[in-house]
Amino acid sequence: MHLVVASGKGGTGKTLVSTHLAWLAAGRGLETVYVDADVEAPNGHLFLAPAVEREERHALPLPVLPAGRCVACGACQDFCPYHAILVLPGTVLVFPELCHSCGGCVRVCPSAALSEAPHEDGTLRAGRAGPLRFLDGRLDVGEPRAAPLIREVLRRIPSGVFAVVDAPPGASCATAAALSGADRALLVTEPTPFGLHDLRSALRLCRSAEVPAAVVLNRADLGDDRPLREFLDAERVPLLAAWRYDPDVAAAVARGELAARRVSWLREAAERLLDVCLAPAEVARP
Amino acid sequence: MKQVVVASGKGGTGKTSLVAAFAELAGRPVVLVDADVDAANLALLLPGEDAPAREFEAGRLARIDAVRCTLCKRCVEACRFDALRLVERRLVLREIACEGCGVCAVVCPEDAVSFEPQRAGEWTVRETRFGPLVHAALTPGAGNSGKLVARLREAARGLAERLAARWLVIDGPPGIGCPVHASVAGADLLVAVTEPTPSALHDLGRLLELAGHFRLPAAVVLNKADLDPAGTELVAAAAAARGAELLGRVPFDPDVPRRLAAGQGLLAVPGVRDAVVACWRAVVRRLDAPGDGAEERQDAIV
Repeated sequence: MHLVVASGKGGTGKTLVSTHLAWLAAGRGLETVYVDADVEAPNGHLFLAPAVEREERHALPLPVLPAGRCVACGACQDFCPYHAILVLPGTVLVFPELCHSCGGCVRVCPSAALSEAPHEDGTLRAGRAGPLRFLDGRLDVGEPRAAPLIREVLRRIPSGVFAVVDAPPGASCATAAALSGADRALLVTEPTPFGLHDLRSALRLCRSAEVPAAVVLNRADLGDDRPLREFLDAERVPLLAAWRYDPDVAAAVARGELAARRVSWLREAAERLLDVCLAPAEVARP
Repeated sequence: MKQVVVASGKGGTGKTSLVAAFAELAGRPVVLVDADVDAANLALLLPGEDAPAREFEAGRLARIDAVRCTLCKRCVEACRFDALRLVERRLVLREIACEGCGVCAVVCPEDAVSFEPQRAGEWTVRETRFGPLVHAALTPGAGNSGKLVARLREAARGLAERLAARWLVIDGPPGIGCPVHASVAGADLLVAVTEPTPSALHDLGRLLELAGHFRLPAAVVLNKADLDPAGTELVAAAAAARGAELLGRVPFDPDVPRRLAAGQGLLAVPGVRDAVVACWRAVVRRLDAPGDGAEERQDAIV
């Protein structure tokens, strides 16, 4: 099963929820992988402290023009909807920051003059934190597009395991990439107008992606949760957990620790949430 | 006119509430941009009248003519975005994955693919009591967030010139990807908001590295500074190591989220107010200083 933990608004507690669910599931003897798909700001490793077993560079194919065959016909430039390729007499300019690596320019070149060469954009890591498997991706600073690296991280998930995917915040193409192939989504929010506003976008995204979603309310007592509860009732979205603000949890996060190692109420609450996540009927309500 | 972009790397560190406070402190008129287009929250803190929304069309989506399609699957194999799938003897386009590249149309022997423009979002200008706020809503899952940010900033620059505004303040998105690039390029100062946690510190490092990549001067505001004194010193050291001035330390107050929920800003919270005012004064001091090289930097980026 692939469970994606997403949020809309950043900083609501995605990593808190996802690291705990994955850690507890592995502790129960369930073959589990924690997947950090927030490749722009990957933080799960700070709390799980995995032993990294494999590290490899990821690359995207970018068009290149070896010398010789180009007749400057302009077919590649005419094809490219991203304006990433410019044909000049005697050469072709490629703008890597605009290219989506679709491969179309190479296909339409009538002289077979274009080929593709790898352009590195990030690093993939795999390892273990005790019984828990660990995967993450780190986008290189300066690279614009997170989605291709996210898709590649998700491809590394072994089949048949329980995967907990820590998604990037927001509701853009990067979050959509992290939701791809998910069986269900947990949306973490906070009881503020911001949390609710961004939850609406995240929920719309889950519906577009046809991923059933449920909600976890974090720092439930720091704000007013009534508008959220009314919204969830109206939309028939289940609220699976409400975790209160606890300075001890904040302090554990500030130390880079899994808070449930010391905060017993959080451990119990996360165990209950995991029970619900692993029981299909509870979350699968539309 | 000076452009200040408030960003963070990690989400939820307090960008938006800081921008709203800066808006009040900057003095009328200030021009504001909410560049976090897929989680835009600044308008929630700044009430006002919105102009009619404008459509933002960018990119296109494939359309498959089911009558012409013979299920040969060439497009399925050629699509690098996994946007096409054969489901029960029917070719299905996953709109959320389609990047509109057109490779499916190139390989289709039956001419069964056409394209339609994608409605990637909408944007508008709100009249707030501090000045105009240019804000948007990206269609959930849409690409082109960077282009939408560029559109917003272009509109904001026009407004700032017309109003002779001294300040243009941008509420940036989290992360370090394309909408962040579009938010920070050509700005005069990046204000990175962080908090004393290992996550925020880690992401701050990546954001400051990006600022270096864009040759953009950067400064740091440490929010919730008293949550962890040791972490606070680490953040200060990390900022110094990258040549980013620490503009100020804003204390944590559990009352802040409650105030925000009630529609009030940071300046309404005693104790927090003084720290935020000090941060803004440091921004003003920094950018009003003569010979800061903003013009040369602009040239270097363009």
